[in-house]
Amino acid sequence: MTVVTGLFAALVIVALVIILGYIAVTGVSELNLGFLVNNPKPVGEPNSGIANAIVGTLILIAIASVIGLPVGILAGLYLAEFSSSRFGNALRFLIDTLTGVPSIVVGVFVWTLMVQPMGHFSAMAGGVSLAMIMMPIVARTTEEMIRLVPQSMREAALALGAPVWRMSLGVVLRAAAGGVATGAMLAIARIAGETAPLLYTALSYNYMSTDINQPIASLTYQIFYYAGSPYEQWHAMAWASTLVLVGMILAINIAVKLLARNRYQ
Amino acid sequence: MKSLSTNSNRSTVALPSTKSMPAKLFGSGRLADRLFKLITLSFALVIAGLVVLIIIQMARDSMLSFEKFGFSFIWREIWDPVRSEFGALPFIYGTAVSSILGVLIAVPVSVGVAIFLVEHAPRALATPISFLVQLLAAIPSVVYGLWGIFVLAPLLRDSVYPRIQSAFGFLPLFQGNPTGLGLLTAGIILSIMIVPIITAVTTDVMRAVPRAQPEASLALGATKWEATIVVLQNARSGITGAVILGLGRAVGETMAVTMVIGNRPDISASLFDPAFTIASAIANEFSEATSEIYRHALVELGLILFIITFAINAIARLLVWGATRGHGKAAHA
Repeated sequence: MTVVTGLFAALVIVALVIILGYIAVTGVSELNLGFLVNNPKPVGEPNSGIANAIVGTLILIAIASVIGLPVGILAGLYLAEFSSSRFGNALRFLIDTLTGVPSIVVGVFVWTLMVQPMGHFSAMAGGVSLAMIMMPIVARTTEEMIRLVPQSMREAALALGAPVWRMSLGVVLRAAAGGVATGAMLAIARIAGETAPLLYTALSYNYMSTDINQPIASLTYQIFYYAGSPYEQWHAMAWASTLVLVGMILAINIAVKLLARNRYQ
Repeated sequence: MKSLSTNSNRSTVALPSTKSMPAKLFGSGRLADRLFKLITLSFALVIAGLVVLIIIQMARDSMLSFEKFGFSFIWREIWDPVRSEFGALPFIYGTAVSSILGVLIAVPVSVGVAIFLVEHAPRALATPISFLVQLLAAIPSVVYGLWGIFVLAPLLRDSVYPRIQSAFGFLPLFQGNPTGLGLLTAGIILSIMIVPIITAVTTDVMRAVPRAQPEASLALGATKWEATIVVLQNARSGITGAVILGLGRAVGETMAVTMVIGNRPDISASLFDPAFTIASAIANEFSEATSEIYRHALVELGLILFIITFAINAIARLLVWGATRGHGKAAHA
């Protein structure tokens, strides 16, 4: 039986290696410095690049983090420290449900909430969609990490006369900071790869833009767009963009894994 | 020392799970502390409240479609934007078939991997393997779609589907002209995408089974395999939860499916034929929705998708919570 179940494990890892290997081999042939620093050009012209999409993705992540991280972390603090068990479980249930909401539904929701009233697509709307996906993940990982902080540290802070808010922020949250940061990084890796919530919020933009009131390009949208085009050159650009995106996401995941391992040893 | 009344209350209870009621917490203590708790509470309420807001907002924006078609929207088979006739059945069908295919393929693999990780693999091997399996979940959906269009679909079209057809072509399931883009390809892509979550949760619930269970059966002369069966039986409800959680993921998956399912609002018996899922219909048509009612019909599709995934997730979480009692990382992955 060990052999059979081991084969299943091998099968899954082989699938991972095939997918990642194909991305690496196909993507690297198109990848060069110019591709990273140039903006897109019309089909057929040389030296086309994805600089605007890289900047766009970073801006979207920044907007989502500014909104999502404080809300998520403090909500997690509430769940771990102050909530009664019944009320807390009800909140936890709703928050977990939000984790399961399909990302396209989030996109349509933010479209009805922001894009329709404002009359145009914007990086802000895209960032809000991503923040919605980020918040429940951050809240629940923060809660888990805060629960690991020993009770004696809280008691020590209170015994020294610290008010509850200082105990929470200065002692408990600080003690859990490493774990909270890990959760935040994983949430960022997750939203960096989202496409569906951006389709009708941030849309895309052909040039470099840093205006959060205007549509903005993103790596994921560009991959989707290039993949659906009939041009060989754009297909190659889709693979190269994928290599950049997946490289970024895997780097975060592996770094987090290594850091977490060092901390708990 | 009035300000310490809540604190001394806290320090007498050792377990973080037994909390004093919020009313009491807000009723006493320093102003700054009350304010601080209120702020953290309001952030938690913001996240939880979004679920309610999604329902209200989307219901409001699908009013036109609901007024015209009522509940018959769900079982109407027609989707004709030109004549403003809309119905959700083709999309519900496509979503159900592709997700079920994905789950059927993913479950044996995931449970196999979980058994390997919990029962067979040495600790030093189990950690890296489970990390690699979870890396599959880190790959973005659009990347699976890209890989699906350019690698998997041509491969299936040229060397796999013709063989299936020559062996089982008499079944209506495998008739027609396989283009590589269709229900079965979507199901296969989905299965790769949901293996990590089913594996993670199954591993968690299997680890939550008391070791005394398999050890007792081993002591009674059971083989290693029979002891594993005992563990699986004990983890039954949790594994069911894991499978349903995987189903929920498959149902809501958008980009990868949109790119490989072919996007045609038809109900066809053949798994080789193109179809549409609810999510892929929204992804494809929302920007083309020129009339008000067309857009309202698409938002109503989104609302249906939300309600389906809500129900699926609620059931799954109750089962997994029961099996792990809230412990384990994957319980809320």
